[in-house]
Amino acid sequence: MSKDEKSGHTRSHSRRRLLQVAAALPAISVLPRRGYAAAPATAAVNTTGLAVTDDSVTVGILHSITGTMAISETGSVEAEKLAISQINSEGGVLGRQIKIIQEDGASDWPTFAEKAKKLLVNDKCAAVFGCWTSASRKAVLPVFEQYNGMLYYPTFYEGLEQSKNVIYTGQEATQQILAGLDWVNRTKGSKTFYLLGSDYIWPRTSNKIARKHIENHLTGCKVVGEDYFPLGSTQFNSVINKMKLVKPDVIYAIIVGGSNVAFYKQLKAAGVDLSKQTLLTISVTEDEILGIGGENIAGAYACMKYFQSLDNPNNKLFVPAFKKMWGEKSVIGDVTQAAYLGPNLWQLTAEKAGSFDIDKIAAASPGVEFKGAPEGYVRIHENHHLWSRTRVGRARLDGQYDVIYETADLVEPNPFPKGYQ
Amino acid sequence: MLMGYSFGDLGSIMAMQGFAGLSLFSVFVLMALGLAIIFGQMGVINMAHGEFMILGAYVTYLTSLTFTNYLPSLFSIYFFVAVTLAFCASGALGMLVEWALIRQLYRRPLDTLLATWGLSLILQQVYRSVFGAREVGVDQPDWMMGATNLSDTIQIPINGLIVMALTAVISIFVYLLIYRMKWGRQVRAVMSNRAMAGAVGIDTEKVDRYTFGIGCGIAGVAGSAFTMIGSTSPTAGQLYIVDTFLIVVFGGAQSLIGTIASAFTISQARSILEFFLSGSMAQVLVLLTVVGILMLRPQGLFVLKIRR
Repeated sequence: MSKDEKSGHTRSHSRRRLLQVAAALPAISVLPRRGYAAAPATAAVNTTGLAVTDDSVTVGILHSITGTMAISETGSVEAEKLAISQINSEGGVLGRQIKIIQEDGASDWPTFAEKAKKLLVNDKCAAVFGCWTSASRKAVLPVFEQYNGMLYYPTFYEGLEQSKNVIYTGQEATQQILAGLDWVNRTKGSKTFYLLGSDYIWPRTSNKIARKHIENHLTGCKVVGEDYFPLGSTQFNSVINKMKLVKPDVIYAIIVGGSNVAFYKQLKAAGVDLSKQTLLTISVTEDEILGIGGENIAGAYACMKYFQSLDNPNNKLFVPAFKKMWGEKSVIGDVTQAAYLGPNLWQLTAEKAGSFDIDKIAAASPGVEFKGAPEGYVRIHENHHLWSRTRVGRARLDGQYDVIYETADLVEPNPFPKGYQ
Repeated sequence: MLMGYSFGDLGSIMAMQGFAGLSLFSVFVLMALGLAIIFGQMGVINMAHGEFMILGAYVTYLTSLTFTNYLPSLFSIYFFVAVTLAFCASGALGMLVEWALIRQLYRRPLDTLLATWGLSLILQQVYRSVFGAREVGVDQPDWMMGATNLSDTIQIPINGLIVMALTAVISIFVYLLIYRMKWGRQVRAVMSNRAMAGAVGIDTEKVDRYTFGIGCGIAGVAGSAFTMIGSTSPTAGQLYIVDTFLIVVFGGAQSLIGTIASAFTISQARSILEFFLSGSMAQVLVLLTVVGILMLRPQGLFVLKIRR
């Protein structure tokens, strides 16, 4: 094995990158983008009694750090803390340092609602960064609307939602699905699709959109099978045999959690060669590959908006900064990057609005652009989702993706897509 | 579904599907044997069974790391070492748990349910603190991954074959232990009448401890084997626990033959239904059928006839 060689290489490589970052840091700190010469008066920026003082502003982080979802949400917490510490070191928001109150949703939806209420009512948080699953978001949504809070939600999700009190920094379903299907149809000439998913709202809604797109918008294409498995299912041999019989051009897989690992291991064990069989997924980020093992999924395509290997100046600063804070071995998936956007977008919005008031933040959000996003440029749409590019990556043996396609323009978020419901 | 496919294709698929059913059968037997021993022979409802399996999986993970770093030349056979270590680790932890917790509760079977459930939460958090909340990837030697081609169109997963072999070995071992050896007779004697077994000179405490240890050890072996087909994370044990209890209860709690028969029935039913229906639908139908049968026959498929 060339494992030693490989790690030696990345070490020296990242040291070089660290040096670059260190060299770039002073330059960043004098950029005029952030920091006010004199902080505006508290009475002016906070008319609704939020936790804002002359030199600090309090925000909440609400993710699961215990329970089944801890596996996924840890990365988001790390990214949000990184973003906040960077903003603080560059002068904070409206001249105020950000203080964090972190609560644990414990993978339990009522707990999420309870903690959200605590963050808004007791702690008067000016913004909350949190939630991961749609179930937790649905649980806290009424709380945020009732007590008028602001939630920055990082996960790609099924759409069909829009709220004054939420900024969705992940993709809604059409942003993640349509461009990927178009790409596979155009470059691989794929005509037949087999849709797979875990059995809950996100995969089902996503596959519904995928099916409509395949049947109505791609000429000569059809869906030859659609199958769902309970969350946590670990046996996929039967469906793999079914696919061997049907021989679809593309396996379209939206399987999540522990099932993911079982599915790809069994796919490989059944002799399905991903260098010949096209497999497109929207649920496997670099985080999931850690558990699946690069050798089991190499060759598969994933449709995301961010990959850790993305080659742009922002990402070249972001990845080393993340690893410096959270360890050399950490990987950054799509959602982790989207979580990083939250605090940054909030900071930019607050400075645009010149206020922390929730109503002014909500009103000022559309049109806010973040040029320093690791995924490239993003902008908030009137519907509180983000304009962003869709990309396709191909899994490598080392658990990273090679980016092989990206849309030429930003894709418009469309949480209530007509003709897809 | 038969339309438009050649007979050759269909034949191959049927062969592979038959194998898929058998491999699911071995997975189920491997999961359920340890629980059947503990639940059936001792009457203890061990909710932490899944966590004992995951301990085996983590031991396998550690063994693979050790071999990668210190004995790379022997990596191709590390799995057999890992299985043995997994058995020892889970067995030892089982004996410790029996000594510290379970033996206080033999007369209160429902309390063992709560106590072991608490234990499972504790173990999950321990795994999370030690190994991190994320899944770990367990490297397998190349010869264990992939498929072997029986013909051009029939591919048989190698890890399925390994699980089947392991299951056969463990089942024979358990059968000999319980039904052909002196120790097994003592276990069965303690199970039918604890006071009388003690009166004729059987050290019932020792028997209990070893029975629990062996049950947990087998769970560890199962966990070790499942690193080939599933995920290794602090909460992965929860994925298996429902199926495991289903099989043991359906088979009749006190009968090992019943466990095997019920694993066979459920695995074949599910594997065939999954082929023709969706995965979720197949599980729903299987569960409904099992519930229906258990309503008519609450004692399960097989029962021991003993005087109460």
